Amino acid sequence: MTTTPIEPELTGIAAGLAAPRLPRIAVILTAVLALAVSGLLALLLGWGIIALLVVAVILFDIGLPVWSRIVEGARYAADRLTTCLVYTSFLVVLVPLVWLIGLVLKNGLSAISVEFLTYSMRGVVGEGGGIYHALMGTLLVTLATAIISVPIGIFAAIYLVEYGKGNRLARTTTFLVDVMTGIPSIVAGLFALSLFVIIFGPAIRIGFAGSVALSLLMIPTVVRSTEEMLRLVPSDLREASYALGISKWRTIVKVVLPTAVGGIVTGVVLAISRVIGETAPLLVVAGATDSVNMNLFSGRMMTLPVYIFQQYSQPGIVPHDGGDPPGYARAWGAALVLIVLVMLLNLIARIIGKIFAPKTDRRR
Amino acid sequence: MPRNKPVTSVGDTVFAGVARTAALAIMLALAGVFVFLFIEGFPGLSAPTDVYRPAEDFLSYVGPLVFGTIWAALVALIIAVPFAIGIALFISHYAPARLAVPIAYVIDLLAAVPSVVYGLWGGLALAQALKPVLVWLDTHLGFIPLFVGPASVTGRTMLTAAIVLAIMIVPIVTAISREIFAQTPRLHEEAAMALGATRWEMIRLAVFPYARSGVISAVMLGLGRALGETMAVAMVLSATQVVTLNLISDTNPATIASNIASNYKEASPDRQAVLIATGLVLFAVTFAVNFAARMVIARGERKIAR
Repeated sequence: MTTTPIEPELTGIAAGLAAPRLPRIAVILTAVLALAVSGLLALLLGWGIIALLVVAVILFDIGLPVWSRIVEGARYAADRLTTCLVYTSFLVVLVPLVWLIGLVLKNGLSAISVEFLTYSMRGVVGEGGGIYHALMGTLLVTLATAIISVPIGIFAAIYLVEYGKGNRLARTTTFLVDVMTGIPSIVAGLFALSLFVIIFGPAIRIGFAGSVALSLLMIPTVVRSTEEMLRLVPSDLREASYALGISKWRTIVKVVLPTAVGGIVTGVVLAISRVIGETAPLLVVAGATDSVNMNLFSGRMMTLPVYIFQQYSQPGIVPHDGGDPPGYARAWGAALVLIVLVMLLNLIARIIGKIFAPKTDRRR
Repeated sequence: MPRNKPVTSVGDTVFAGVARTAALAIMLALAGVFVFLFIEGFPGLSAPTDVYRPAEDFLSYVGPLVFGTIWAALVALIIAVPFAIGIALFISHYAPARLAVPIAYVIDLLAAVPSVVYGLWGGLALAQALKPVLVWLDTHLGFIPLFVGPASVTGRTMLTAAIVLAIMIVPIVTAISREIFAQTPRLHEEAAMALGATRWEMIRLAVFPYARSGVISAVMLGLGRALGETMAVAMVLSATQVVTLNLISDTNPATIASNIASNYKEASPDRQAVLIATGLVLFAVTFAVNFAARMVIARGERKIAR
């Protein structure tokens, strides 16, 4: 294969017209150089691997723009600098995420056993004990929360989209849902506490009060996501149904809701995953206990987040041979279980979203 | 026979009624929040002096808490916002298109981690790791009032709490900012590029002016979240009733939320009323911040519509 060689004078002219740029390999070269220099410093001064990487990143972020400033000029140097900073900010934020997940996995896996999952903390002093009571409490409280919030949330969204159409009640509701999303979780807890204290007296601590507090946090997310999904349903579908003489409520139940069901369920599951990790309201109104309590309407009820907080703040006595008090290991174990629950719910939400989303297209 | 009335049925009436009731229930719930908090919290505004120990009246009790709340949230915001905007730009304009979606998902994962787990991590891992940093800040930057020290020996300082808070608000600010960055009109961007702008100049000329009000409101929503966050602060800080700008010492102001969480247990009815009253103050502060954020959004939308 032959190619026409470019005239040497032409390339010369082109090179003269174009501003000088750094070669493609410059980025890699700078990275290698930064690593080498910081590695050398680390060897000489005895730094750890973390300090080495931090210094390498800083050297890279300074080195590349400076080189670019010399070769390409100020504008391109600024561009390179911001590119470096944007990539760096992403890497920096990954650090706590990886660190946290790694730590929870490492400490949590060593804490989890069959005993840990099936025993409560009743009568446990020192090591041993488990999260059974907290796990059951979390599941029951969250279930009750969902039972309260999902109908209210979905029907409120139906009202907003299908009936309200911008009248005063609808506008007020939209505004109030906005306000509700901003309620700090502890204030929701105090609300439930005040409510139940007024009805049942000052010593009341029951699981159901926790559900009421969590509902206050869950309803706005359900309303928001459902409303969004209902608005996505094309009005052609509704009008087609009306044209067949179907009444409005049957249109909503048989046409609108089935079309949007995937998005609605995804929103609900995500809302559940949000409230399942809430601690503050449950700490205030559901209390803490060491034994299993399956009755939402009587007695204190332990939940996983409160369990983590309790094991963290009252970890027990440090063992004679040093090391961490036994509560820390239980806290990490419970944290792993809680994160797994949250991630499972997120995964389920994504799968449901995937299954239902293209439904209307597939049928055609 | 022609029928002029619209078709209605019992089902219709019932269904519409249920939907309206649900909307009314939300209104009632929120009214309930105000009413019940007020009924239970009102006695806390003027309780006997010894209830407020170590302070003397409600204002001197809640004052340091309000300061602590705002201070912690502000420091967290100052740490979080540059990173959040950087990541939002990374997802919307820098990352390869194939990577952008998974990266956005990873950042959303940060938001999915329960706050109590952040508290656990902050109290047990981050506080330990920050100890040498605190000592370094004390010796080298001690002349700045923020770092006068003495450096904490436990690592449980305002700085630690603010970093944990910052990590928790980064995903919120990122999520909203990246949506707004991505909405920048393509023509504006291409026009800037066609005039020979570098990518950064394009972002400065086309993306930032378009996104300004959206980013401000995102930051304020993040602020609202940081103000109300309870567990992370309660688990990291060992609090005392002080007003100090010092970020790295062992004496730290509590925040309203963390104060409620760590004192609810001992609460005598009097004390409970005081705590609920502080909760009311917190609600008012977050409401004001969120409301301001929505105003900014609304104004921004009007400007774009014009």
